[in-house]
Amino acid sequence: MSRVVFLDERCKGCLLCTTVCPKGIIVQSSRFNRQGYKVAEVPADAMKDCTGCASCALICPDVAIRVIKSRKAKKAGKE
Amino acid sequence: MQADERLALADDEQMAFEVPDVLVDRATHYCPGCHHGIAHRLVAEVLEEMGVVDDTICVASIGCSVFIYNYLAVDSVEAPHGRAPAVATGVKRGRTDKIVFTYQGDGDLASIGLAEVMHAANRGERITIVFVNNTVYGMTGGQMAPTTLIGQKTTTCPGGRCRDREGMPIRMAEIIAGLGGVAYSARASLDSVKNIRAAKKAVRKAFDVQQQGLGFGFVELLSGCPTNWRMDAVKANTRIREEMIPYFPLGVYKDVTEGEGVC
Repeated sequence: MSRVVFLDERCKGCLLCTTVCPKGIIVQSSRFNRQGYKVAEVPADAMKDCTGCASCALICPDVAIRVIKSRKAKKAGKE
Repeated sequence: MQADERLALADDEQMAFEVPDVLVDRATHYCPGCHHGIAHRLVAEVLEEMGVVDDTICVASIGCSVFIYNYLAVDSVEAPHGRAPAVATGVKRGRTDKIVFTYQGDGDLASIGLAEVMHAANRGERITIVFVNNTVYGMTGGQMAPTTLIGQKTTTCPGGRCRDREGMPIRMAEIIAGLGGVAYSARASLDSVKNIRAAKKAVRKAFDVQQQGLGFGFVELLSGCPTNWRMDAVKANTRIREEMIPYFPLGVYKDVTEGEGVC
């Protein structure tokens, strides 16, 4: 199973990640970070759909996304 | 920091996305959705892959990207107002063992510093230029640049750029490809995952030709400026796809390693 971690204080809420997720599980949260940006998130119940393709991390201009995948799924979305 | 616990890896887990060490772990000053962050990361990844981080000298330019020296942990020289290729020429001729690159925007490279980049390219200086084209002067508030598209509204052409009055947008990758000393000239875009992957290959190639001593490496990256385009980041990416790429076609315009080129 794969998961993504959003570094809230780095996110600027541009939402580019929401446009590239093949599963469409990234949404804007209702949280604001200290800079006042509404950060992106993956709701806890949707995280199981994450394939670990890292498209979101690739397009994030602020390097605010980390993608972690289990070793078994290594080949699936390897860059 | 709260995120640290979540980043802890279990035994069967690994990072699917490696952040290059040379990219300083610091929030950038760029606006939300600005593609400079992606361009910085691509350069950082390429420098690490080539293993030349300690042997690289960056020549920063003017514009929003003037602060690249705050985000890339490489030695830097600051050469504002288009003079980066001239300064990079001096740096490279003085330190031929180093990898020298400039990082310039379209106001800096295509307008103020057009003479410098053209002559540096024509002389075939062994430097690499990363040219970020977002069709406006970003830092100064969105004035018209030479690359501004026809009909695009900016603060200095509020009715939209007019072909008869201001001329056509300048296509730098094609112009540079036509010059004698150029080893590699390409245009890529940062609007989608596929294009970002292609852009990374282009950036890598532009550095490779320098390392191999073949000549001048040039890569143009189409990028968005949501703030000065007066739209959100997602719409800005759509604009790149629908308006910029048709006028600025992506592709390799010169590549001496392939034995063929446009010119």
